[in-house]
Amino acid sequence: MQLPLGIEVPIPTFEQFVFIQVALLTAVAALAVVISRNLFHSALALTLTFFGVAGVYIFLEAEFLAVSQVLVYVGAIAMLIAFAIMLTRSMMFGRTSPLNNQWGKSSLFAFLFFSALLAFARATPWPAASEEIIADEALIGQLGREFVTTYVIAFEVLGLLLLVALVGAVMLARDR
Amino acid sequence: MVPLSWYLMLAAFLFSCGLYGALARRNAIAMLMGIELMLNAANINLVAFWRHGVGPMEDLTGQAFAVLIIGLAAAEAAVGLALIIAVYRERRTIDVDELDVLAG
Repeated sequence: MQLPLGIEVPIPTFEQFVFIQVALLTAVAALAVVISRNLFHSALALTLTFFGVAGVYIFLEAEFLAVSQVLVYVGAIAMLIAFAIMLTRSMMFGRTSPLNNQWGKSSLFAFLFFSALLAFARATPWPAASEEIIADEALIGQLGREFVTTYVIAFEVLGLLLLVALVGAVMLARDR
Repeated sequence: MVPLSWYLMLAAFLFSCGLYGALARRNAIAMLMGIELMLNAANINLVAFWRHGVGPMEDLTGQAFAVLIIGLAAAEAAVGLALIIAVYRERRTIDVDELDVLAG
């Protein structure tokens, strides 16, 4: 495909076209999270971002992760954030700028960091094609087996950490 | 087939957004949202490298780590938001610029 100014753009396949849509949705929602003045709008955009990331997992043929993403992030974390916003609502609507006085430096740093990552991602010769996989129950079963064999210690430690974190959260947030 | 670099670029953008949010927002909850964005970006990278690596059917390390990170993010969000609510109860503000008791 030939754009004006002589820029050559390869025509995307259908899969790539759909990926571009999902990626754009995710990216715009992520941008809205950080630039929205209303904190509740940020939380809604964050939920949209989580959905977009779940879509990206579908593209990567990691179905189990996509479902976990929706379950944990959209179902639990977005809900927690919404509750926290409503419990602390007095300060955040409109009064002053939502940004602190280092926002200029932060945006510059984030932009430079993004440019560097982009340059690396484009310059590195990644393998063009990936191996075919059949993502079905067998793969999820294998993931489960890995969790009780190879990664059993990490898995148990994560379980313990979640228990401690949730009990700790109740302790911290309790009304004394 | 979507090239690996596209996933990396999306993840880079999400990470930079999260970085900006975590550094520049005054509201503690907005900071936490930035951290969640960065965790998600890291997860996309892990899964993308798993998918485009050698033998994705045999070696599920990338997916396993992503699952662990999702669990970790849940724990982090729970404790972080509980801390924010506790601080709000004590100080009636969650503006991180005003929470400077420990500043020398």
